[in-house]
Amino acid sequence: MTVATPPAGPLLSVRALSKRFPPRRALFGETAPEVVAVDDVSLEIGPGETLGLVGESGSGKTTLGRCILRLLEPSAGAVTFAEQDLLALDAEPLRALRREMQLVFQDPFASLDPRMTVGAIVREGITIHRLAEGAAADARVARLLDEVGLPKEVAARYPHEFSGGQRQRIGIARALAVEPRFIVCDEPVSSLDVSVQAQVINLLRDLQRTRGLAYLFIAHDLSVVEHIAHRVAVMYRGRIVESAPTRDLFAAPQEPYTQQLLAAVPRMRA
Amino acid sequence: MTEPLLAVTDLRTTFRAAGGRRARAVDGVSFTVAPEETVGIVGESGCGKSVTALSILRLIRAPGVIEAGSRIAFESRDLLTLPEREMRAIRGARIAMVFQEPMTSLDPVLTIGAQVAEVARVHAGASKRAAWAQAVEALQAVGFPDAAARARDYPHHLSGGMRQRAMIAMAIMMRPALLIADEPTTALDVTTQAQILGTLAALQSSMRMSMLLITHDLGIVAERAQRVIVMYAGQIVEEAPVRELFAAPRHPYTRALLAAVPRLGARRERLEAIPGQVPSADAWPDGCRFRARCAQAFDRCDTAPPLYQIGDAHRSRCHLDAPAAP
Repeated sequence: MTVATPPAGPLLSVRALSKRFPPRRALFGETAPEVVAVDDVSLEIGPGETLGLVGESGSGKTTLGRCILRLLEPSAGAVTFAEQDLLALDAEPLRALRREMQLVFQDPFASLDPRMTVGAIVREGITIHRLAEGAAADARVARLLDEVGLPKEVAARYPHEFSGGQRQRIGIARALAVEPRFIVCDEPVSSLDVSVQAQVINLLRDLQRTRGLAYLFIAHDLSVVEHIAHRVAVMYRGRIVESAPTRDLFAAPQEPYTQQLLAAVPRMRA
Repeated sequence: MTEPLLAVTDLRTTFRAAGGRRARAVDGVSFTVAPEETVGIVGESGCGKSVTALSILRLIRAPGVIEAGSRIAFESRDLLTLPEREMRAIRGARIAMVFQEPMTSLDPVLTIGAQVAEVARVHAGASKRAAWAQAVEALQAVGFPDAAARARDYPHHLSGGMRQRAMIAMAIMMRPALLIADEPTTALDVTTQAQILGTLAALQSSMRMSMLLITHDLGIVAERAQRVIVMYAGQIVEEAPVRELFAAPRHPYTRALLAAVPRLGARRERLEAIPGQVPSADAWPDGCRFRARCAQAFDRCDTAPPLYQIGDAHRSRCHLDAPAAP
């Protein structure tokens, strides 16, 4: 396993980030208490690096991913991306910075607008961020589709005509369209069949190499994370309980929770 | 070998796909399950593994049909010729099933105790009081702490893992001879999954049950099954004792699948992805159904391969395993 050492200096830095959801009064019955979904989390990701974020459902990993992109407003803490304080930005500069930070979703069925052609879906970001227009934009869409392994003819078709793996490729092409430096991948392969999952994992790795992308790779599947991440952070009840280079974490997990998690994975002995 | 508990022979189950085309989701499947044995069925979505399970219980709804010529023998009776009334006495009592989605299979307005007790009321005509006592016992057996009190909880009070335990309690109430578990832990976290699979194994040995374990997860079959059936495109492509399947897989699809899965502690530079997509049931390819994705395909693959016997208990649907291969 050879992984190029990422250059020094983080691209993304998260400091003491928390996200609390306020108490909710139910129409009937008792009031739901405040939920601390993310509790004092700090992490860093370098350019071209993959940080794997693992944890069970409800551990806060998706909320953390969304707070980093400021799709949710954090309750406390700081997020610095490319040396800019993300939480201090107004709408306009935030939009400009968002171009560099993209999201790939778990569900390739729900995350693509069924009324738009594949070409229009991939082209949308290019238009919004005024990266190209007309024939230049078309050429760009064709190049992106090629890069994710789809023939350019698919641009004229609609999402429902594609299988799960192909839709996830479309979602990745859409994310790449605006030339990001960082992508939050939220369970990007967990709804795919094994044979197709490997195609998408290989694609994400190839793209990282050619484009120098940084990933926050959120997943519950530990073997997928071991395969793709340079470093891994383990989340439990809103906190990061352990974080280490991938090899170390899997070879010698320090925290009892991480040990328990690893022990629970069913193994194939050959 | 002892008389099998379940013998499925030439099972063909067909649906109508969009546009009126025929989709034979299960196409000529034959296998057996011995008493107290765990047989795993693995495959990707659309391979026919769940339809096989539903066919055994005769839960295929029209316009889906189990075709004539299919046979399902269970405890020496042919399930496909039984009147529905007799089938109802078997379903849930002699053969029970646990599904993937515990939330959609439980009634939200009834306590879990009432739902588990219902099984004994329907199948054994138990009194309300006796059925409730039995339900509490079953909940205890599947790992509910303080089962007498928890029996009064409604499904929404329970975590996903506890809901699945409640489903298992319903399934084991009548001490079935065969439990069909279809992706029983797929919706659950990995630590919960391990606990529930452990509970199932313990129940199985204490109750001397057979189990048909259907999953997409090769790790789960490796740990839990004695014999494994690999399905692809509506057919069995390989069948072997579990150790043999993982140590010496024969069918190119099985091998490709094993190479495509990232494994803990065996990090590789690249995963061996299988090119292309899983074919769809209304358009199975001619000849070998894996041919278009197979790195070893040769001219003979134009003709459909039979399941070749390649060992005492090992079968493979690949011309490379033909006894007198050219």
